[in-house]
Amino acid sequence: MSTITAAEEPFTGRRKGSLAKTFDEIRVIVWRNLFHIPRVPERLADVTVMPVMFVLLFGYVFGSAISLPGVEVGPEASAAYREFLIAGIFVQSMVFMSITTAVGVANDMREGVIDRFRSLPISRVSLLGGRVIATLVEGWLGITVMAICGLLVGWGAHNGFVETVAAFALLVGIAFAMICIGTFIGQLVKNSMTAQTIGFVVVFPLTFVSNAFVPTDNMPAFLKAFAEWNPVSAMVAAIRDLFGNGYVVPADAPWPL
Amino acid sequence: MLEMSGRSDGDSGLAIDAVELRKAFGSTKAVDGISLAVPRGSVFGLLGPNGAGKTTCVRILTTLLRPDSGRARVAGFDVVEDPNEVRKRIGLVGQSASVDEILSGRQNLIMVGRLYGMPSGDAKKRADELLECLDLLEPGKKSVKTYSGGMRRRLDLAASLVVSPPILFPDEPTTGLDPNGRAATWEVISTMTKGGTTVLLTTQYMEEADRFAERVAVIDHGKVVAEGTPTELKARISNATLVIQIGDVLTEEAARNAIAPFAAGEPQRRGKELAAPLRDLGSIAEIVKALAAAGATLDQINIAKASMDDVFFELTGQPQKSHVEEGQTQ
Repeated sequence: MSTITAAEEPFTGRRKGSLAKTFDEIRVIVWRNLFHIPRVPERLADVTVMPVMFVLLFGYVFGSAISLPGVEVGPEASAAYREFLIAGIFVQSMVFMSITTAVGVANDMREGVIDRFRSLPISRVSLLGGRVIATLVEGWLGITVMAICGLLVGWGAHNGFVETVAAFALLVGIAFAMICIGTFIGQLVKNSMTAQTIGFVVVFPLTFVSNAFVPTDNMPAFLKAFAEWNPVSAMVAAIRDLFGNGYVVPADAPWPL
Repeated sequence: MLEMSGRSDGDSGLAIDAVELRKAFGSTKAVDGISLAVPRGSVFGLLGPNGAGKTTCVRILTTLLRPDSGRARVAGFDVVEDPNEVRKRIGLVGQSASVDEILSGRQNLIMVGRLYGMPSGDAKKRADELLECLDLLEPGKKSVKTYSGGMRRRLDLAASLVVSPPILFPDEPTTGLDPNGRAATWEVISTMTKGGTTVLLTTQYMEEADRFAERVAVIDHGKVVAEGTPTELKARISNATLVIQIGDVLTEEAARNAIAPFAAGEPQRRGKELAAPLRDLGSIAEIVKALAAAGATLDQINIAKASMDDVFFELTGQPQKSHVEEGQTQ
């Protein structure tokens, strides 16, 4: 058994600066997380299948009875609503990533492999950073799927190259922020059920009581105030504006819009 | 005492030097003032029943948990001050297999190698060597989810050997393993110890501690209740156990009275038997005489030489679980 020998000196690997070493570690952790995807493809459902379902549900089922201000209910109104809707779905699925990340991190913390990672001479930053980056890749995949789905139902980006790139960059930025929040919550609660409950209790009202699915104009006064001050509304408004989806900031809107 | 910075194990010759470690979870004192001194290159056994604080102790020494108080140096580095230096020099063989469930066995080992900073090619080569050595070459390609308990434990052992650490912490490495798995694990540990690796072996089985450890600390309720070589521990307490079958004529009370002058400790009732530790076999004739006077027949009297299980029982007050019994209840 020459494979198993005792080492007199610790193995230090290649001599590298700590930054290069951390970068290498992050790469390995990213690789580990991405390798999970082909083996557990259902993990991607939250960022791919679910948004498409929402587009179909809101765009065609509810959308057939929703009309934006100034447009008569009918096929034309439905098309206009879908144009309005896609930015909301984009932001909604990015915000939902905070829940799935929190659940994933909470699950990770209970797995035995965490003990392995923590007993290795690697930086704490690598472990979390690698996970955040891997989740960001998933988020980007989701954005691509949604964009294709949007194009198929008649949505489009109308403001030229720079604004379109800026809109996608903003979505990635939102995803990053949500993943960080989710990672924090997941580490804090260490229990996937709790993470899920916290997520839905907070994230559901935030996404639905906003301008993501309907304009805020006709909401009851207190809901309207909540929706207009809701950060989700601000994100949705920015995305709509950058894609040129015909969003007009209400004249009396508070500063977040 | 002079405070030294950096490596000082060259001076003390200790691979593990823990002083008055304490750790509480809520009101439970999991580790309540444990001190350990493990010389470099030796095998030290940490023996104790479930919940005695062994795993908490190992988690502190492997930098996974911060102690509430006390200090510990592993490989000459403080586990709280210099955790990364400690981590470079230790291998943890966790009680719950510390491997990624979704990745394959081979991917797990490559990942660990890469995280130690091995170039990709070396990490792959090392992974294949270890898989072959631990008889995991075939399952190595499959997801760990499909592994049996024994295979997981072997993979976990392999993961801790990727860089041949100078100090190995096998935490109950054979608990729940079948005899084959146990033999394979023992062979690996034995090879490591021959190569000069310091081993802190945590176990519930006296047999295992007796087999490998040069010194053993018996832990119960977060405290070291006894420490010494296995031989010393056996010698410190009774050499033999007198076992008396209680019958109609020989009542428990009569038996207790008869052996009271000779027993080295309080006789214990075990089912229909009364077991009493004996320090000295010289008085055997008088014991038999006293028992006969109380109405005992010869087939009711039995003398068993002290096993390591008896040592364990006497020190912790808890019966030692044996591999056999555990197998039967599973």
